[in-house]
Amino acid sequence: MIELEHVDAGYRGEAVVRGVSLQFRPGEVTVLLGANGCGKSTLLKTALGLLPAVGGRVLYDGEDVSQLAPAQIARKAAYLAQSRPVPSIEARRMVLHGRFAYLSFPRRYRPCDHEAVREAMEQAGASDLAGRPMTQLSGGQRQKVYLAMALAQQTQTIFMDEPTTWLDVRHQLDVMETARRLADEGRAVVVVSHDLCLALRTADRAAVFGGGTLACVGTPEEVWSSGALDRAFDVTVRRVSVDGAWRYFCE
Amino acid sequence: MERKRLSRAGYIALFAAAALAAAVLSLCLGAVTVSPGELAAVVFGGQRTGTAAQILLYVRIPRTLGCLLAGAALACSGAIIQTVLANPLAAPNIIGVNSGAGVGAALCCALFPTAAAALPFASFAGAFAGVMLVLLIAERAGASRITLVLAGVAISGMFSACIDAVLTMYPDALIGYSDFRIGGMANLTVQRIAPAGWMIVFCLAAAFVFSNEMDVLALGSDTAQSLGLPVRRVRVLLLMIAAALAGAAVSFAGLLGFVGLIAPHMARRLVGSEGRFLLPACAFGGAALLTVCDILARVLFAPYELPVGIVLSLAGGPFFLWLLFRRGASHP
Repeated sequence: MIELEHVDAGYRGEAVVRGVSLQFRPGEVTVLLGANGCGKSTLLKTALGLLPAVGGRVLYDGEDVSQLAPAQIARKAAYLAQSRPVPSIEARRMVLHGRFAYLSFPRRYRPCDHEAVREAMEQAGASDLAGRPMTQLSGGQRQKVYLAMALAQQTQTIFMDEPTTWLDVRHQLDVMETARRLADEGRAVVVVSHDLCLALRTADRAAVFGGGTLACVGTPEEVWSSGALDRAFDVTVRRVSVDGAWRYFCE
Repeated sequence: MERKRLSRAGYIALFAAAALAAAVLSLCLGAVTVSPGELAAVVFGGQRTGTAAQILLYVRIPRTLGCLLAGAALACSGAIIQTVLANPLAAPNIIGVNSGAGVGAALCCALFPTAAAALPFASFAGAFAGVMLVLLIAERAGASRITLVLAGVAISGMFSACIDAVLTMYPDALIGYSDFRIGGMANLTVQRIAPAGWMIVFCLAAAFVFSNEMDVLALGSDTAQSLGLPVRRVRVLLLMIAAALAGAAVSFAGLLGFVGLIAPHMARRLVGSEGRFLLPACAFGGAALLTVCDILARVLFAPYELPVGIVLSLAGGPFFLWLLFRRGASHP
Protein backbone atom coordinates (compact mmCIF):
# COMPACT_ATOMS: atom_id res chain seq x y z
CA MET A 1 0.00 0.00 0.00
CA ILE A 2 1.13 3.57 -0.71
CA GLU A 3 0.88 6.11 2.10
CA LEU A 4 1.59 9.82 2.25
CA GLU A 5 2.75 11.05 5.67
CA HIS A 6 2.54 14.83 6.17
CA VAL A 7 3.78 15.35 2.61
CA ASP A 8 4.64 18.81 1.29
CA ALA A 9 4.74 18.68 -2.50
CA GLY A 10 6.12 21.31 -4.84
CA TYR A 11 8.96 22.36 -7.10
CA ARG A 12 12.54 23.33 -6.25
CA GLY A 13 11.95 23.30 -2.50
CA GLU A 14 8.79 25.44 -2.60
CA ALA A 15 5.65 23.62 -1.54
CA VAL A 16 2.45 24.03 -3.55
CA VAL A 17 0.47 21.81 -1.21
CA ARG A 18 1.36 21.11 2.45
CA GLY A 19 0.84 18.53 5.13
CA VAL A 20 -1.01 15.88 3.13
CA SER A 21 -1.59 12.54 4.84
CA LEU A 22 -3.41 9.99 2.71
CA GLN A 23 -3.51 6.26 2.15
CA PHE A 24 -4.27 4.72 -1.22
CA ARG A 25 -5.99 1.49 -0.27
CA PRO A 26 -6.32 -1.61 -2.48
CA GLY A 27 -9.86 -2.08 -3.80
CA GLU A 28 -10.64 1.64 -3.72
CA VAL A 29 -10.87 4.44 -6.27
CA THR A 30 -9.55 7.62 -4.66
CA VAL A 31 -10.19 10.83 -6.59
CA LEU A 32 -8.15 13.96 -6.00
CA LEU A 33 -10.24 17.08 -6.58
CA GLY A 34 -9.44 20.77 -6.52
CA ALA A 35 -9.25 23.93 -8.58
CA ASN A 36 -6.51 24.50 -11.17
CA GLY A 37 -3.06 24.94 -9.65
CA CYS A 38 -4.00 23.53 -6.23
CA GLY A 39 -1.24 20.91 -6.48
CA LYS A 40 -3.12 17.69 -7.33
CA SER A 41 -0.82 16.66 -10.18
CA THR A 42 2.23 17.79 -8.22
CA LEU A 43 1.16 15.57 -5.34
CA LEU A 44 0.61 12.68 -7.75
CA LYS A 45 4.15 13.07 -9.14
CA THR A 46 5.52 13.23 -5.60
CA ALA A 47 3.65 10.05 -4.69
CA LEU A 48 5.26 8.37 -7.72
CA GLY A 49 8.76 9.56 -6.79
CA LEU A 50 8.93 11.69 -9.96
CA LEU A 51 9.36 14.78 -7.75
CA PRO A 52 11.16 14.72 -4.41
CA ALA A 53 8.88 15.48 -1.45
CA VAL A 54 9.58 18.97 -0.09
CA GLY A 55 8.60 17.61 3.33
CA GLY A 56 7.14 14.47 4.88
CA ARG A 57 7.44 10.92 3.53
CA VAL A 58 5.93 8.77 0.79
CA LEU A 59 5.90 5.11 1.84
CA TYR A 60 5.59 2.10 -0.47
CA ASP A 61 4.74 -0.90 1.71
CA GLY A 62 6.56 0.86 4.54
CA GLU A 63 9.65 1.80 2.50
CA ASP A 64 10.48 5.43 1.77
CA VAL A 65 10.05 6.06 -1.98
CA SER A 66 13.26 8.12 -2.07
CA GLN A 67 15.18 4.91 -1.25
CA LEU A 68 13.67 2.95 -4.16
CA ALA A 69 15.08 2.71 -7.69
CA PRO A 70 12.77 3.71 -10.58
CA ALA A 71 12.37 0.05 -11.59
CA GLN A 72 11.30 -0.91 -8.05
CA ILE A 73 8.70 1.87 -8.03
CA ALA A 74 7.52 0.89 -11.51
CA ARG A 75 6.73 -2.62 -10.25
CA LYS A 76 4.52 -1.19 -7.50
CA ALA A 77 2.81 1.82 -9.14
CA ALA A 78 1.86 2.67 -12.71
CA TYR A 79 1.21 6.18 -14.02
CA LEU A 80 -1.10 7.43 -16.74
CA ALA A 81 0.34 10.89 -17.41
CA GLN A 82 -1.76 13.88 -18.40
CA SER A 83 0.23 14.95 -21.47
CA ARG A 84 2.29 12.59 -23.54
CA PRO A 85 4.16 12.67 -26.82
CA VAL A 86 2.87 10.31 -29.50
CA PRO A 87 5.77 8.32 -30.92
CA SER A 88 5.62 6.78 -34.37
CA ILE A 89 5.52 3.17 -33.17
CA GLU A 90 2.96 0.38 -33.17
CA ALA A 91 0.49 0.18 -30.29
CA ARG A 92 1.70 -3.29 -29.25
CA ARG A 93 5.29 -2.06 -29.03
CA MET A 94 4.08 0.86 -26.96
CA VAL A 95 2.36 -1.47 -24.48
CA LEU A 96 5.51 -3.64 -24.35
CA HIS A 97 7.29 -0.65 -22.79
CA GLY A 98 5.09 -1.31 -19.76
CA ARG A 99 7.28 -4.37 -19.15
CA PHE A 100 10.51 -2.34 -19.09
CA ALA A 101 10.88 -2.53 -15.30
CA TYR A 102 10.90 -6.34 -15.45
CA LEU A 103 13.67 -6.63 -18.05
CA SER A 104 17.30 -7.20 -17.30
CA PHE A 105 20.02 -5.98 -19.65
CA PRO A 106 20.06 -6.12 -22.73
CA ARG A 107 16.29 -5.65 -22.58
CA ARG A 108 14.96 -8.58 -24.57
CA TYR A 109 11.24 -9.19 -24.13
CA ARG A 110 10.36 -12.70 -22.95
CA PRO A 111 7.24 -14.80 -23.74
CA CYS A 112 5.78 -13.88 -20.32
CA ASP A 113 6.11 -10.18 -21.25
CA HIS A 114 4.20 -10.75 -24.49
CA GLU A 115 1.53 -12.63 -22.54
CA ALA A 116 1.23 -9.77 -20.03
CA VAL A 117 0.88 -7.33 -22.92
CA ARG A 118 -1.85 -9.42 -24.55
CA GLU A 119 -3.79 -9.53 -21.28
CA ALA A 120 -3.32 -5.80 -20.63
CA MET A 121 -4.54 -4.87 -24.12
CA GLU A 122 -7.56 -7.10 -23.65
CA GLN A 123 -8.35 -5.50 -20.26
CA ALA A 124 -8.02 -1.99 -21.70
CA GLY A 125 -10.13 -2.88 -24.75
CA ALA A 126 -7.18 -2.18 -27.04
CA SER A 127 -6.60 -5.66 -28.53
CA ASP A 128 -7.86 -4.61 -31.96
CA LEU A 129 -5.36 -1.71 -32.03
CA ALA A 130 -2.25 -3.86 -31.51
CA GLY A 131 -0.80 -3.60 -35.01
CA ARG A 132 -1.73 0.02 -35.67
CA PRO A 133 0.71 2.95 -35.50
CA MET A 134 0.10 5.29 -32.55
CA THR A 135 0.13 8.28 -34.87
CA GLN A 136 -2.96 6.97 -36.68
CA LEU A 137 -5.09 6.46 -33.55
CA SER A 138 -7.74 8.82 -32.20
CA GLY A 139 -7.39 10.42 -28.75
CA GLY A 140 -9.66 7.81 -27.16
CA GLN A 141 -7.82 4.93 -28.79
CA ARG A 142 -4.44 6.32 -27.67
CA GLN A 143 -5.76 6.60 -24.15
CA LYS A 144 -6.68 2.90 -24.24
CA VAL A 145 -3.17 2.02 -25.40
CA TYR A 146 -1.58 4.14 -22.66
CA LEU A 147 -3.88 2.51 -20.14
CA ALA A 148 -2.86 -0.92 -21.46
CA MET A 149 0.80 0.10 -21.03
CA ALA A 150 0.10 1.00 -17.40
CA LEU A 151 -1.77 -2.29 -16.87
CA ALA A 152 1.13 -4.24 -18.40
CA GLN A 153 3.21 -3.03 -15.45
CA GLN A 154 1.05 -5.35 -13.29
CA THR A 155 1.17 -3.02 -10.29
CA GLN A 156 -0.93 -2.89 -7.13
CA THR A 157 -1.56 0.85 -7.59
CA ILE A 158 -2.42 2.91 -10.68
CA PHE A 159 -2.25 6.70 -10.76
CA MET A 160 -4.24 8.48 -13.47
CA ASP A 161 -3.73 12.20 -14.06
CA GLU A 162 -6.74 13.75 -15.81
CA PRO A 163 -7.47 10.54 -17.76
CA THR A 164 -10.65 11.91 -19.35
CA THR A 165 -9.28 15.21 -20.69
CA TRP A 166 -9.93 15.67 -24.43
CA LEU A 167 -12.07 12.53 -24.61
CA ASP A 168 -15.67 12.38 -25.80
CA VAL A 169 -18.38 11.34 -23.33
CA ARG A 170 -18.35 7.67 -24.37
CA HIS A 171 -14.59 7.39 -23.86
CA GLN A 172 -14.78 9.34 -20.56
CA LEU A 173 -17.27 6.81 -19.23
CA ASP A 174 -15.15 3.92 -20.54
CA VAL A 175 -12.05 5.20 -18.73
CA MET A 176 -13.84 5.71 -15.43
CA GLU A 177 -15.57 2.33 -15.72
CA THR A 178 -12.15 0.76 -16.23
CA ALA A 179 -10.88 2.56 -13.11
CA ARG A 180 -13.85 1.17 -11.17
CA ARG A 181 -13.26 -2.34 -12.51
CA LEU A 182 -9.56 -2.27 -11.62
CA ALA A 183 -10.42 -1.27 -8.05
CA ASP A 184 -13.03 -4.02 -7.86
CA GLU A 185 -10.28 -6.46 -8.88
CA GLY A 186 -8.31 -5.36 -5.83
CA ARG A 187 -6.04 -2.57 -7.05
CA ALA A 188 -5.68 0.89 -5.59
CA VAL A 189 -6.70 3.44 -8.24
CA VAL A 190 -5.93 7.13 -7.79
CA VAL A 191 -7.52 9.58 -10.23
CA VAL A 192 -6.92 13.31 -10.57
CA SER A 193 -9.97 14.79 -12.23
CA HIS A 194 -11.70 18.06 -13.02
CA ASP A 195 -14.94 16.31 -13.87
CA LEU A 196 -16.61 16.48 -10.45
CA CYS A 197 -19.73 14.60 -11.43
CA LEU A 198 -17.98 11.66 -13.09
CA ALA A 199 -15.27 11.51 -10.41
CA LEU A 200 -17.69 11.49 -7.46
CA ARG A 201 -19.87 8.91 -9.15
CA THR A 202 -16.87 6.54 -9.56
CA ALA A 203 -14.99 7.20 -6.32
CA ASP A 204 -14.93 5.30 -3.06
CA ARG A 205 -13.07 8.17 -1.46
CA ALA A 206 -12.55 11.77 -2.49
CA ALA A 207 -9.75 14.08 -1.36
CA VAL A 208 -10.48 17.78 -1.87
CA PHE A 209 -7.61 20.27 -2.03
CA GLY A 210 -7.89 23.99 -1.38
CA GLY A 211 -5.93 26.76 0.29
CA GLY A 212 -2.64 24.91 -0.23
CA THR A 213 -3.65 21.86 1.78
CA LEU A 214 -5.89 18.81 1.93
CA ALA A 215 -9.22 20.39 2.87
CA CYS A 216 -11.32 17.26 3.26
CA VAL A 217 -11.15 13.53 2.68
CA GLY A 218 -13.92 10.96 2.90
CA THR A 219 -16.62 9.20 0.94
CA PRO A 220 -18.25 11.30 -1.81
CA GLU A 221 -21.28 11.76 0.44
CA GLU A 222 -19.13 12.95 3.36
CA VAL A 223 -17.16 15.32 1.18
CA TRP A 224 -20.31 16.73 -0.38
CA SER A 225 -21.97 17.17 3.03
CA SER A 226 -18.92 19.02 4.41
CA GLY A 227 -19.26 21.77 1.79
CA ALA A 228 -15.55 21.43 0.93
CA LEU A 229 -16.36 21.04 -2.76
CA ASP A 230 -18.35 24.29 -2.83
CA ARG A 231 -15.48 26.15 -1.15
CA ALA A 232 -12.73 24.58 -3.28
CA PHE A 233 -14.41 25.36 -6.60
CA ASP A 234 -16.48 28.38 -5.58
CA VAL A 235 -19.65 26.75 -6.96
CA THR A 236 -22.68 25.05 -5.51
CA VAL A 237 -22.57 21.29 -5.90
CA ARG A 238 -25.98 19.64 -5.76
CA ARG A 239 -27.00 16.01 -5.99
CA VAL A 240 -30.03 14.05 -7.12
CA SER A 241 -30.85 10.41 -6.65
CA VAL A 242 -30.93 8.40 -9.89
CA ASP A 243 -31.81 4.71 -9.68
CA GLY A 244 -30.83 4.65 -6.03
CA ALA A 245 -27.40 6.26 -6.48
CA TRP A 246 -26.32 9.88 -6.05
CA ARG A 247 -25.50 11.92 -9.14
CA TYR A 248 -23.72 15.24 -8.59
CA PHE A 249 -23.92 18.43 -10.65
CA CYS A 250 -22.68 21.98 -10.27
CA GLU A 251 -24.44 25.32 -10.35
CA MET B 1 2.36 -6.58 -38.06
CA GLU B 2 4.76 -8.97 -39.79
CA ARG B 3 4.26 -7.23 -43.13
CA LYS B 4 4.98 -3.86 -41.56
CA ARG B 5 8.15 -5.13 -39.92
CA LEU B 6 9.34 -6.59 -43.22
CA SER B 7 8.67 -3.29 -44.91
CA ARG B 8 10.74 -1.44 -42.29
CA ALA B 9 13.51 -3.98 -42.72
CA GLY B 10 13.09 -3.42 -46.46
CA TYR B 11 13.65 0.31 -46.06
CA ILE B 12 16.78 -0.36 -44.05
CA ALA B 13 18.01 -2.70 -46.80
CA LEU B 14 17.23 0.04 -49.32
CA PHE B 15 19.27 2.59 -47.35
CA ALA B 16 22.11 0.05 -47.07
CA ALA B 17 22.01 -0.56 -50.83
CA ALA B 18 22.02 3.21 -51.45
CA ALA B 19 25.08 3.60 -49.19
CA LEU B 20 26.85 0.77 -51.02
CA ALA B 21 25.99 2.19 -54.44
CA ALA B 22 27.11 5.65 -53.35
CA ALA B 23 30.38 4.19 -52.07
CA VAL B 24 31.07 2.44 -55.39
CA LEU B 25 30.29 5.63 -57.31
CA SER B 26 32.45 7.64 -54.93
CA LEU B 27 35.37 5.28 -55.60
CA CYS B 28 34.90 5.48 -59.38
CA LEU B 29 34.00 9.13 -60.00
CA GLY B 30 36.11 12.26 -59.65
CA ALA B 31 38.63 14.31 -61.60
CA VAL B 32 39.91 10.99 -62.98
CA THR B 33 37.37 8.25 -63.62
CA VAL B 34 38.25 4.78 -62.37
CA SER B 35 36.54 1.96 -64.23
CA PRO B 36 34.67 -0.80 -62.32
CA GLY B 37 37.25 -3.27 -63.64
CA GLU B 38 40.14 -1.26 -62.18
CA LEU B 39 38.23 -0.90 -58.93
CA ALA B 40 37.68 -4.66 -58.71
CA ALA B 41 41.36 -5.31 -59.48
CA VAL B 42 42.43 -3.10 -56.56
CA VAL B 43 39.77 -4.09 -54.03
CA PHE B 44 39.48 -7.82 -54.79
CA GLY B 45 42.63 -8.55 -56.82
CA GLY B 46 45.12 -6.86 -54.47
CA GLN B 47 46.62 -4.72 -57.25
CA ARG B 48 48.84 -2.02 -55.72
CA THR B 49 50.57 -0.46 -58.76
CA GLY B 50 49.35 1.85 -61.52
CA THR B 51 47.61 5.23 -61.49
CA ALA B 52 44.15 3.87 -60.68
CA ALA B 53 45.48 1.87 -57.72
CA GLN B 54 47.35 4.89 -56.36
CA ILE B 55 44.28 7.12 -56.68
CA LEU B 56 42.06 4.55 -55.02
CA LEU B 57 44.43 3.60 -52.20
CA TYR B 58 45.60 7.06 -51.24
CA VAL B 59 42.68 9.29 -52.18
CA ARG B 60 39.35 7.67 -52.90
CA ILE B 61 39.20 4.81 -50.37
CA PRO B 62 40.08 7.00 -47.36
CA ARG B 63 37.73 9.68 -48.62
CA THR B 64 34.83 7.29 -49.18
CA LEU B 65 35.42 5.63 -45.82
CA GLY B 66 35.43 9.07 -44.23
CA CYS B 67 32.12 9.98 -45.89
CA LEU B 68 30.44 6.73 -44.85
CA LEU B 69 31.67 6.95 -41.25
CA ALA B 70 30.98 10.68 -40.78
CA GLY B 71 27.54 10.42 -42.43
CA ALA B 72 26.52 7.47 -40.26
CA ALA B 73 27.91 9.08 -37.10
CA LEU B 74 26.31 12.50 -37.58
CA ALA B 75 22.93 11.04 -38.60
CA CYS B 76 22.75 8.74 -35.56
CA SER B 77 24.01 11.53 -33.32
CA GLY B 78 21.19 13.71 -34.64
CA ALA B 79 18.57 10.99 -34.08
CA ILE B 80 19.73 10.47 -30.48
CA ILE B 81 19.86 14.19 -29.67
CA GLN B 82 16.40 14.76 -31.15
CA THR B 83 14.99 11.95 -29.01
CA VAL B 84 16.73 12.94 -25.77
CA LEU B 85 15.83 16.62 -26.08
CA ALA B 86 12.36 15.76 -27.48
CA ASN B 87 13.05 18.31 -30.18
CA PRO B 88 12.87 17.47 -33.89
CA LEU B 89 14.78 20.63 -34.76
CA ALA B 90 17.81 19.65 -32.69
CA ALA B 91 20.79 18.44 -34.69
CA PRO B 92 24.49 18.37 -33.81
CA ASN B 93 25.32 21.40 -35.95
CA ILE B 94 22.26 23.44 -34.94
CA ILE B 95 22.53 23.18 -31.15
CA GLY B 96 26.28 23.72 -30.96
CA VAL B 97 27.52 20.14 -30.60
CA ASN B 98 29.58 20.25 -33.79
CA SER B 99 31.13 23.61 -32.95
CA GLY B 100 31.86 22.33 -29.42
CA ALA B 101 33.70 19.45 -31.06
CA GLY B 102 35.44 22.04 -33.25
CA VAL B 103 36.74 23.88 -30.18
CA GLY B 104 38.09 20.59 -28.82
CA ALA B 105 39.74 19.79 -32.15
CA ALA B 106 41.24 23.28 -32.55
CA LEU B 107 42.61 23.27 -28.98
CA CYS B 108 44.07 19.79 -29.45
CA CYS B 109 45.76 20.78 -32.72
CA ALA B 110 47.09 23.99 -31.15
CA LEU B 111 48.37 22.56 -27.89
CA PHE B 112 49.33 19.01 -28.94
CA PRO B 113 50.08 19.25 -32.66
CA THR B 114 51.64 15.78 -32.86
CA ALA B 115 48.95 13.89 -30.93
CA ALA B 116 46.72 12.97 -33.88
CA ALA B 117 45.20 10.00 -32.03
CA ALA B 118 43.96 12.33 -29.29
CA LEU B 119 41.96 14.41 -31.77
CA PRO B 120 38.70 12.41 -31.65
CA PHE B 121 38.77 12.38 -27.86
CA ALA B 122 39.37 16.14 -27.69
CA SER B 123 36.49 16.62 -30.15
CA PHE B 124 34.32 14.37 -28.02
CA ALA B 125 35.11 16.46 -24.93
CA GLY B 126 34.10 19.65 -26.79
CA ALA B 127 30.96 18.08 -28.21
CA PHE B 128 29.98 16.72 -24.80
CA ALA B 129 30.42 20.17 -23.24
CA GLY B 130 28.13 21.57 -25.96
CA VAL B 131 25.44 18.95 -25.55
CA MET B 132 25.46 19.18 -21.74
CA LEU B 133 25.08 22.95 -21.93
CA VAL B 134 22.01 22.50 -24.10
CA LEU B 135 20.62 19.83 -21.76
CA LEU B 136 21.15 22.18 -18.80
CA ILE B 137 19.23 24.91 -20.58
CA ALA B 138 16.45 22.49 -21.50
CA GLU B 139 16.14 21.20 -17.92
CA ARG B 140 16.56 24.44 -15.99
CA ALA B 141 14.59 26.79 -18.19
CA GLY B 142 12.00 24.21 -19.29
CA ALA B 143 12.72 25.71 -22.67
CA SER B 144 10.35 25.39 -25.59
CA ARG B 145 11.53 23.82 -28.82
CA ILE B 146 12.30 27.07 -30.58
CA THR B 147 13.98 28.58 -27.49
CA LEU B 148 16.20 25.52 -27.31
CA VAL B 149 17.21 25.91 -30.93
CA LEU B 150 17.91 29.61 -30.40
CA ALA B 151 19.96 28.78 -27.29
CA GLY B 152 21.84 26.27 -29.44
CA VAL B 153 22.52 28.95 -32.01
CA ALA B 154 23.94 31.19 -29.25
CA ILE B 155 26.11 28.35 -27.91
CA SER B 156 27.22 27.56 -31.44
CA GLY B 157 28.19 31.21 -31.93
CA MET B 158 30.21 31.24 -28.70
CA PHE B 159 32.06 28.07 -29.63
CA SER B 160 32.76 29.42 -33.13
CA ALA B 161 34.26 32.51 -31.50
CA CYS B 162 36.43 30.21 -29.36
CA ILE B 163 37.62 28.38 -32.50
CA ASP B 164 38.46 31.73 -34.12
CA ALA B 165 40.32 32.83 -30.98
CA VAL B 166 42.37 29.62 -30.90
CA LEU B 167 43.19 29.90 -34.59
CA THR B 168 44.12 33.56 -34.28
CA MET B 169 46.63 32.69 -31.57
CA TYR B 170 47.81 29.48 -33.29
CA PRO B 171 47.36 30.18 -37.01
CA ASP B 172 49.04 26.90 -38.01
CA ALA B 173 46.89 24.77 -35.72
CA LEU B 174 44.46 23.60 -38.36
CA ILE B 175 45.80 22.99 -41.81
CA GLY B 176 43.05 23.66 -44.33
CA TYR B 177 41.06 25.77 -41.90
CA SER B 178 38.36 26.71 -44.40
CA ASP B 179 37.77 23.04 -45.20
CA PHE B 180 37.42 22.37 -41.48
CA ARG B 181 35.03 25.26 -41.03
CA ILE B 182 32.77 24.30 -43.93
CA GLY B 183 33.32 20.59 -43.61
CA GLY B 184 35.33 18.74 -46.21
CA MET B 185 36.78 15.36 -47.04
CA ALA B 186 39.89 16.41 -48.94
CA ASN B 187 43.31 15.12 -47.85
CA LEU B 188 41.98 12.31 -45.67
CA THR B 189 44.24 9.36 -44.93
CA VAL B 190 43.37 6.02 -43.39
CA GLN B 191 45.72 6.84 -40.49
CA ARG B 192 43.82 10.06 -39.79
CA ILE B 193 40.43 8.38 -39.91
CA ALA B 194 41.29 5.20 -37.99
CA PRO B 195 41.02 6.34 -34.32
CA ALA B 196 37.78 8.23 -35.00
CA GLY B 197 36.52 5.34 -37.14
CA TRP B 198 36.85 2.84 -34.28
CA MET B 199 35.17 5.27 -31.95
CA ILE B 200 32.26 5.63 -34.39
CA VAL B 201 31.84 1.87 -34.85
CA PHE B 202 31.88 1.33 -31.07
CA CYS B 203 29.40 4.14 -30.42
CA LEU B 204 27.02 3.01 -33.17
CA ALA B 205 26.96 -0.44 -31.56
CA ALA B 206 26.39 1.14 -28.12
CA ALA B 207 23.56 3.29 -29.47
CA PHE B 208 21.88 0.20 -30.92
CA VAL B 209 22.24 -1.67 -27.61
CA PHE B 210 20.51 1.19 -25.79
CA SER B 211 17.81 1.69 -28.45
CA ASN B 212 15.08 0.36 -26.14
CA GLU B 213 16.04 2.89 -23.47
CA MET B 214 15.88 5.56 -26.17
CA ASP B 215 12.35 4.46 -27.12
CA VAL B 216 11.17 4.61 -23.51
CA LEU B 217 12.77 8.04 -23.06
CA ALA B 218 10.87 9.24 -26.14
CA LEU B 219 7.62 8.81 -24.17
CA GLY B 220 8.51 11.85 -22.04
CA SER B 221 10.62 11.96 -18.90
CA ASP B 222 7.76 11.46 -16.40
CA THR B 223 6.30 8.48 -18.23
CA ALA B 224 9.77 7.04 -18.85
CA GLN B 225 10.69 7.22 -15.17
CA SER B 226 7.34 5.77 -14.13
CA LEU B 227 8.12 2.82 -16.41
CA GLY B 228 11.33 2.22 -14.48
CA LEU B 229 13.90 4.08 -16.58
CA PRO B 230 16.57 5.98 -14.61
CA VAL B 231 15.95 9.04 -16.78
CA ARG B 232 18.86 11.31 -15.81
CA ARG B 233 21.46 8.56 -16.08
CA VAL B 234 20.16 7.31 -19.44
CA ARG B 235 19.90 10.86 -20.81
CA VAL B 236 23.54 11.59 -19.98
CA LEU B 237 24.64 8.20 -21.31
CA LEU B 238 22.82 8.70 -24.63
CA LEU B 239 24.13 12.26 -24.95
CA MET B 240 27.66 10.98 -24.33
CA ILE B 241 27.19 8.51 -27.18
CA ALA B 242 25.77 11.27 -29.41
CA ALA B 243 28.64 13.60 -28.49
CA ALA B 244 31.23 10.90 -29.15
CA LEU B 245 29.69 10.21 -32.58
CA ALA B 246 29.59 13.91 -33.54
CA GLY B 247 33.01 14.57 -32.03
CA ALA B 248 34.63 11.67 -33.89
CA ALA B 249 33.09 12.80 -37.19
CA VAL B 250 34.11 16.44 -36.70
CA SER B 251 37.69 15.42 -35.84
CA PHE B 252 38.37 14.45 -39.46
CA ALA B 253 35.45 15.87 -41.48
CA GLY B 254 35.17 19.35 -39.97
CA LEU B 255 32.00 21.20 -39.05
CA LEU B 256 29.59 19.42 -41.38
CA GLY B 257 26.05 20.66 -41.18
CA PHE B 258 22.60 19.22 -41.75
CA VAL B 259 23.38 15.46 -42.07
CA GLY B 260 22.24 15.12 -38.45
CA LEU B 261 18.99 16.88 -39.31
CA ILE B 262 18.04 15.56 -42.74
CA ALA B 263 18.89 11.86 -42.35
CA PRO B 264 16.93 11.25 -39.09
CA HIS B 265 13.86 12.98 -40.52
CA MET B 266 13.97 10.96 -43.72
CA ALA B 267 14.51 7.74 -41.78
CA ARG B 268 11.78 8.50 -39.23
CA ARG B 269 9.26 9.09 -42.01
CA LEU B 270 9.98 5.70 -43.55
CA VAL B 271 10.67 3.39 -40.62
CA GLY B 272 9.03 5.23 -37.67
CA SER B 273 10.69 6.24 -34.43
CA GLU B 274 11.48 2.82 -32.95
CA GLY B 275 15.22 2.88 -32.22
CA ARG B 276 16.06 -0.64 -33.45
CA PHE B 277 14.84 0.38 -36.93
CA LEU B 278 15.57 4.10 -36.80
CA LEU B 279 19.26 3.87 -35.91
CA PRO B 280 20.30 1.46 -38.70
CA ALA B 281 18.19 3.45 -41.18
CA CYS B 282 19.89 6.67 -40.02
CA ALA B 283 23.35 5.13 -40.20
CA PHE B 284 22.92 3.88 -43.76
CA GLY B 285 20.88 6.92 -44.86
CA GLY B 286 23.39 9.39 -43.43
CA ALA B 287 26.29 7.49 -44.98
CA ALA B 288 24.55 7.50 -48.39
CA LEU B 289 23.58 11.17 -48.14
CA LEU B 290 27.05 12.44 -47.25
CA THR B 291 28.72 10.25 -49.85
CA VAL B 292 26.36 11.44 -52.60
CA CYS B 293 26.93 15.07 -51.58
CA ASP B 294 30.68 14.48 -51.64
CA ILE B 295 30.44 12.99 -55.15
CA LEU B 296 28.48 16.07 -56.27
CA ALA B 297 31.05 18.32 -54.63
CA ARG B 298 33.75 16.61 -56.67
CA VAL B 299 32.06 16.32 -60.06
CA LEU B 300 29.82 19.40 -60.32
CA PHE B 301 32.68 21.76 -61.15
CA ALA B 302 35.43 19.23 -61.94
CA PRO B 303 38.39 19.58 -61.98
CA TYR B 304 37.63 22.14 -59.26
CA GLU B 305 36.28 20.72 -56.03
CA LEU B 306 33.84 22.20 -53.54
CA PRO B 307 34.01 21.32 -49.84
CA VAL B 308 31.17 18.86 -49.24
CA GLY B 309 29.80 21.15 -46.48
CA ILE B 310 28.75 23.67 -49.14
CA VAL B 311 26.66 21.09 -51.03
CA LEU B 312 25.16 19.86 -47.76
CA SER B 313 24.25 23.38 -46.66
CA LEU B 314 22.69 24.15 -50.04
CA ALA B 315 20.49 21.09 -49.66
CA GLY B 316 20.03 21.25 -45.88
CA GLY B 317 19.18 24.94 -45.48
CA PRO B 318 15.95 24.76 -47.49
CA PHE B 319 15.09 21.47 -45.76
CA PHE B 320 15.45 23.08 -42.33
CA LEU B 321 13.27 26.02 -43.39
CA TRP B 322 10.65 23.62 -44.73
CA LEU B 323 10.69 21.77 -41.41
CA LEU B 324 10.27 25.01 -39.45
CA PHE B 325 7.38 26.21 -41.59
CA ARG B 326 5.72 22.80 -41.61
CA ARG B 327 5.87 22.66 -37.79
CA GLY B 328 4.69 26.25 -37.61
CA ALA B 329 1.70 25.39 -39.77
CA SER B 330 0.77 22.34 -37.71
CA HIS B 331 1.37 24.05 -34.32
CA PRO B 332 0.07 27.60 -34.67
